[in-house]
Amino acid sequence: MHTPKLHRFRAAALPRTPSATTESPAVRWLLTAITVTFLTVFLLLPLFTVFQQAFARGVEMYFASFDDRFVRHSIRLTLMTAAIAVPLNLIFGVAAAWAVTKFDFRGKSLLVTIIDLPFSVSPVIAGFVFILIFGAHGYLGPWVEQMGIRVVFAFPGIVLATTFGTVPFIARELIPLMEAQGRDEEYAAMTLGASGWRTFFKVTLPNVKWGLFYGVILCNARAMGEFGGVEVVSGSISGRTNTMTLQIQQLYFDYATVPAFALASILAFLALLTLILKNALEWWAHR
Amino acid sequence: MQSPKRSLQPNRRVLPGFGLSLGFAVAYLSLIVLIPLAGVFIRASGMSWDEFWSIVTSRQVVATYKITFGVSLAAAATNAVFGLIAAWVLVRYSFPGKKIFDGIVDLPFALPTAVAGIALTTIYAQTGFLGQFFYAWGIETAYSRIGIYIALTFIGLPFVIRCLQPVLEDLDKEVEEASATLGAGRWRTFWRIIFPAILPAWLTGFSLAYARAIGEYGSVIFISGNMPFRTEITPLVIVKFLEQFQMAEATAVAAVMLVASFFILFFINILQRWSESIGKARG
Repeated sequence: MHTPKLHRFRAAALPRTPSATTESPAVRWLLTAITVTFLTVFLLLPLFTVFQQAFARGVEMYFASFDDRFVRHSIRLTLMTAAIAVPLNLIFGVAAAWAVTKFDFRGKSLLVTIIDLPFSVSPVIAGFVFILIFGAHGYLGPWVEQMGIRVVFAFPGIVLATTFGTVPFIARELIPLMEAQGRDEEYAAMTLGASGWRTFFKVTLPNVKWGLFYGVILCNARAMGEFGGVEVVSGSISGRTNTMTLQIQQLYFDYATVPAFALASILAFLALLTLILKNALEWWAHR
Repeated sequence: MQSPKRSLQPNRRVLPGFGLSLGFAVAYLSLIVLIPLAGVFIRASGMSWDEFWSIVTSRQVVATYKITFGVSLAAAATNAVFGLIAAWVLVRYSFPGKKIFDGIVDLPFALPTAVAGIALTTIYAQTGFLGQFFYAWGIETAYSRIGIYIALTFIGLPFVIRCLQPVLEDLDKEVEEASATLGAGRWRTFWRIIFPAILPAWLTGFSLAYARAIGEYGSVIFISGNMPFRTEITPLVIVKFLEQFQMAEATAVAAVMLVASFFILFFINILQRWSESIGKARG
């Protein structure tokens, strides 16, 4: 029964006064107040404003906003765009993460940098590059016209600009996760005779499925919220090439505040859902 | 399947799918990102130097650089200061609602920029929730450079906080105890012990916020008012050139913006390596 005594002795010898490694209560209070104010003003207030403005004229007016041909068309167009851009970036993200985390090769860090590139390129340029290629005077413009396909000011251009802007999101979620997972489990599966695909689906995927799920949700939120690139490449034609964000812009500039914020509230809700999911998954992982 | 070369390197590429996954990733990136971006430079290189130079140094375009690069710097600096405080508070202290504040930090990543733009404009307009107070003081928070600053601060908010949090969590408290034991005050311990350890992550967060702010478009155009020479940002000038079918002008300015982005990205890469080397040195 020496332990308690020894413990007390050590505690006495090395006094761990909290004040040695933390700040005075006044400083703590001040820094906390600054943080709470900063985050409230810049994050909570804008989020609250979206819903407050959407319901400013009552619930009926809110729902009446969606009873509009152009609004419905924009929602459909956004859903279709995300339905193509997200799976494309999902396949890319999985392939890129597999190559980067399971093998060593020269130029790996360059590849990772390029994956991040669309994140630092202006969304306006993401739309502009496809006008340069597929526009009337673009490199492939005359060719696609001969084929009878419209890319610029049409659906394919919207999909391309959206895909460009959302390239990094799934890969960025997967790479650190699969890096941390290592390669031993895959080696073991292969040694036991599993095929490559079986190893991937039975060993790799179950380990990263929640991270992958979050990556897909985030990529989807970003794809549905894409704005600058889509504005440039689509020509913003109401009822034809207006996505949700472009329709929000048009309604807002037409002083149709309630419909603009009502449509915005769907995207804000989606963003909120994405954040809740992220925190739930993190909580679950650190449980 | 088993090429002789592969069997000579038993420890390197044991798992299958290297060629397929890397080939697909590189082909995809080339088609969606690299070749389209290269198109800008190829098109720009077709212009004469004089023509290119006169476009990118025209008075209206230079005015947009000053606004874009200047206001982005102010916004990133604001995030550097408040982000450092917020990261510190979120890691070290506990207060009611902390989980919610921590969780909401990523909002600017997930909320569409156009939605943020109309919300911020509503808040800071003359009759807005906060705008009414600023306007009463004679500060025009909407349709001004202050409006651009507010939007860019919102857009860059997560970067500094999210870069600092893991580094602050990994800090060894015993070093701080040692510092205190040796008689250093809390402020001195922060500047001499903690700050050097978090400096690379702090600068990385600042640079990411800056890079993001320079290219930002959606949240700015609603609150800025888009007046040439006063509140026009560089991405918007590209859009305006495109609307007037001035492809050469749009290409030249886009090339300048891309080069700026590449420089910042290169700088961020160096910072991240520095950050990692400090992390490894600390064990």
